[in-house]
Amino acid sequence: MAGFEDFFRWLNDHYGINFSFFYDSFDRDRLLLGIWTTVELSCLCLVLSLAIGVVGAWLQGSRFTLLRRVMQGYIQFFRNTPPLVQLTFFYFAVGGLLPRVADASGQAVPLVSSFGWAALSFSFFAGAFNVEIFRAGIEAVPRTTIEAAESLGYGRLKAYVYIVLPLAFRISLPALNNNLVNLVKTTTLAYAIGVPELLYAAAQIWSEQFNVWEMMNVLLVTYVALVGVLVWGMARCERALRIPGYDT
Amino acid sequence: MIRSDLPVLLARPPALVVGRTGEERSFDCRGILRPRTLALLATALVVSMIAAEAQSQGAASRPGILATLWLWTPVVFGGFLFNLLTSVLSMALGTAAGLLLGLALISLVRPVSRSAWYVTQFFRNAPWLVLLFYCMLLLPFEVLLFGQTVSLPAWLKASVGLALPVMANVAEIVRGGVQSIPDTQWQAADSLAFTRLQTIRMIILPQCLKRMTPPWMNLYAILTMATTLISIVGVQEGLTLTRAALVADGRVELFVPMYLMLLMFFFLYCYPIARWTIALERRFNVKA
Repeated sequence: MAGFEDFFRWLNDHYGINFSFFYDSFDRDRLLLGIWTTVELSCLCLVLSLAIGVVGAWLQGSRFTLLRRVMQGYIQFFRNTPPLVQLTFFYFAVGGLLPRVADASGQAVPLVSSFGWAALSFSFFAGAFNVEIFRAGIEAVPRTTIEAAESLGYGRLKAYVYIVLPLAFRISLPALNNNLVNLVKTTTLAYAIGVPELLYAAAQIWSEQFNVWEMMNVLLVTYVALVGVLVWGMARCERALRIPGYDT
Repeated sequence: MIRSDLPVLLARPPALVVGRTGEERSFDCRGILRPRTLALLATALVVSMIAAEAQSQGAASRPGILATLWLWTPVVFGGFLFNLLTSVLSMALGTAAGLLLGLALISLVRPVSRSAWYVTQFFRNAPWLVLLFYCMLLLPFEVLLFGQTVSLPAWLKASVGLALPVMANVAEIVRGGVQSIPDTQWQAADSLAFTRLQTIRMIILPQCLKRMTPPWMNLYAILTMATTLISIVGVQEGLTLTRAALVADGRVELFVPMYLMLLMFFFLYCYPIARWTIALERRFNVKA
């Protein structure tokens, strides 16, 4: 381990290639915290946006016109405005209106932290896309399948949960895949409101160590790796869920 | 069938809805939505202004919220116009580079197509903001061109930074478009003694153009929304100016209406593009 650290110190001294987080424990902890925060934020947004997608797609098939229109309004609004402005709007404008609460040590802190706003904002953003993706998947489920379910006495909700959604989910997987990859990349925007995620951690390191070039490449490689893990996981999921003979 | 991987707009198959018993419900929101959403947005803006007005009752000497908002509108709109300018520039750069990269992707020379594939995947999978930082921090602020020192202003570097992911996405669109053309077209061209270059230029590309337009427009809408990212790397645009205006005015109750106004500018620009894209997709019947 010491040899490993020494190698990077030597690399810095002799060639000026400064991967400071390999030998400096302070930088290493910062970077690891950044990676962890990015993973945490991504996972949280993933789950929330999927939930929004499933519930939203169900609401879109509702018989109440008003409900459907509200959903349409939500989708169109979040899809056609910049996520960064949405985030700023939530954090500065809406966050500013909310009351402050006392935390454990008695200090007044905002009701929702910057991490919380980032998670909410990105979930709404990706959720709007997920609703559309699931809706397209639901529409691709053959009508006869739903009729068969109805003839077996399934109600609308039951048929949705047990028959339609499992099929629709499989059909929408490729599109979902893309959207979730986009979501992971969108988490970098949290930098703008000071969430200590990967980009923020890297920016802190390069502003102290002046190793912009090294950190930039580390950043790119890390994100490509993170996205790679997600894509790999989704591909496995796709394979595991495949129904033999049911190819779309 | 085009293999677009832009998740934004999925074509609607003939509306088939998980209805309750019997009736089919169509979700053609073209008619319903345009005025409704606008009305909703306008209502939100008005409500936020009334709320802000109520909040600011204490200070009667200052101008009303509406007047203040009107005062700052030219500033915010000017910034928004700069966003549009950046988006057009980045799109032009990205499309030109992407077209070349896309042609390299379908090249028969293995090393060329292989390396083009790696470039495409890399720029598509890296976050836009990271690429933007990359360009801002690592490109020099001036270059020596033919013995002349040419300075690279920040907005130009930012446009290049945004053009990189656009390039990769355009390349994929080109590849998808070319692959969607039936093989028989290639064979027919072969039998008429067209060279490969001639086939691509005179037979394949003109046919792809129609199919590539909807995803390309889609990408443009995404890019327009991404132009706000350049505020993070210190280029003045709509979001920066909105924030500056808010700081200059120093009124908390102005936050919600101001940001809503900026959001509305973007919405008014991007939403018609989205509708138009869907209409084009229907007309060309790309994903039927």
